[in-house]
Amino acid sequence: WEACVHSNEAKAEGRAELIPSIKLRHCCLLRNQRCLTAYLYDRLLRMRALRWEYGSVLPANVRFHMCAEEVQWFSQYKKSLASFMRSLGGGEGLDLTQDMKPPKSLYIEVRCLKDHGEFEIDDGTVILLKKNSQHFLPRWKCEQLIRQGVLEHVVS
Amino acid sequence: MDTQSYLPVEPGVGMEENFLSLDDILLSHERLPIRTECRFPRLGYLERSTDAQDIPEGTKMELPLWLSKGLYEKKRRVLSVELPKVYREGWRTVFNADPNVVDLHKMGPYYYGLGSQMLHFDSPENPEIAQTLLQTFVGRFRRNMDSSQNAYNEDTSALVERLDCLEKALFASGQSGLNGFQSWEKGRASQLTASSLVLNYRKRKMADGPP
Repeated sequence: WEACVHSNEAKAEGRAELIPSIKLRHCCLLRNQRCLTAYLYDRLLRMRALRWEYGSVLPANVRFHMCAEEVQWFSQYKKSLASFMRSLGGGEGLDLTQDMKPPKSLYIEVRCLKDHGEFEIDDGTVILLKKNSQHFLPRWKCEQLIRQGVLEHVVS
Repeated sequence: MDTQSYLPVEPGVGMEENFLSLDDILLSHERLPIRTECRFPRLGYLERSTDAQDIPEGTKMELPLWLSKGLYEKKRRVLSVELPKVYREGWRTVFNADPNVVDLHKMGPYYYGLGSQMLHFDSPENPEIAQTLLQTFVGRFRRNMDSSQNAYNEDTSALVERLDCLEKALFASGQSGLNGFQSWEKGRASQLTASSLVLNYRKRKMADGPP
C-alpha cells in the first residue's frame, strides 16, 4: 500500500522512472517485516512448547529473556489452557499435561539428578531430594520434576 | 517417541512458500543471476562494480530470490532471471541419467526448494525443470528411505552429507520413527524422560542473564 502511495506520487510528478527503485525498496521493507514476524512467531511457538514440557511457571533464565508482551501472551495462553482443561471430563477437569506417556504403574523409582531441597508428598511425609538419592514415589508427583530434568526415571 | 510440543512452521509445498517458515526464509536468501530490463535510478550503490548513481538497463547482477520474486513481472519489464547452472539442460541430463550419484548438498543445499521457486519466472524450460525435479526426487527416494530406516545407533554423516535440505528433513523424520520404534521394542517407551527443550536450554551458557 505504501508503495502505491509513493508510486502515485512519482507518477503525478512525472517521475515515473523512479517506480522500479520504489518497488525495490518496498520489497526490502516487506522482507524485513517477514523476518521479524517469523522470528517473533517462532519465539511464541517455543514458549508454548515450554508450557507443555516444563510447566506453568517458566524458569527464571527464560523469563528474563521474554519481553513484556510475550510474558502477557504466555499468561493468557496458560489461562486458556487451564479453562479448557477444567471444562473436560464433564466439568471435573482433566490435566492434559500429565501422563503424556501411558502410565504402567502408580509408583515409580526415581533418582535425583541434583539437589532440589524438600519435597512433600500427599500423605504429609517430606522427602529430601539430594543429588544421587533414590526414591520410590507416586508417579503423578514426579512427572513434572522428571520433565524438568531434576529427577531421572529409573527402569529396571 | 518424545512427544513434540515445539512445532515450527514447515516449509511450503511446491511453488508456495510459507510466510512464517524459517526454512523458506533461508531458502529465499539464495542468490540468482538476473539481468535488469529497466533502469533503477539512485540505487547504484547496490551494484558495487561501478560507481554509477543508477543501475542501468541490461546490468547483470545477482539478487536474492525474495527480491527477484518481488520485482519480477510477467511481461519482463523489470528484470529477467537466468536459470542457475544446476537447472539447465546440461545438468538436467546428468540428473535424468542417474540421480543417485549427484551430491545435492553441493549443488546448492536447496535443490528442490529453489528449483520449485524457479518455476515462478516463466522460463520456456519450466516443464522440463519440473519434470527433472520430480524424477530426481523419485530416483533418490528409495535409497534415502532405506538408509534412514536401517541406520540405527550409528554415525549417519556419510549417508546424509550428499542430501539436499528436503531429503535431510525426511531422513531425520525416518530416523526419529526408527528410534521411537526401537525404544518401544525395548520397553523404554513408558520411561518418563526429561524434555529435550529443557535440556537444550540448560546446555546454553546464558551469558547475560541470571543463572
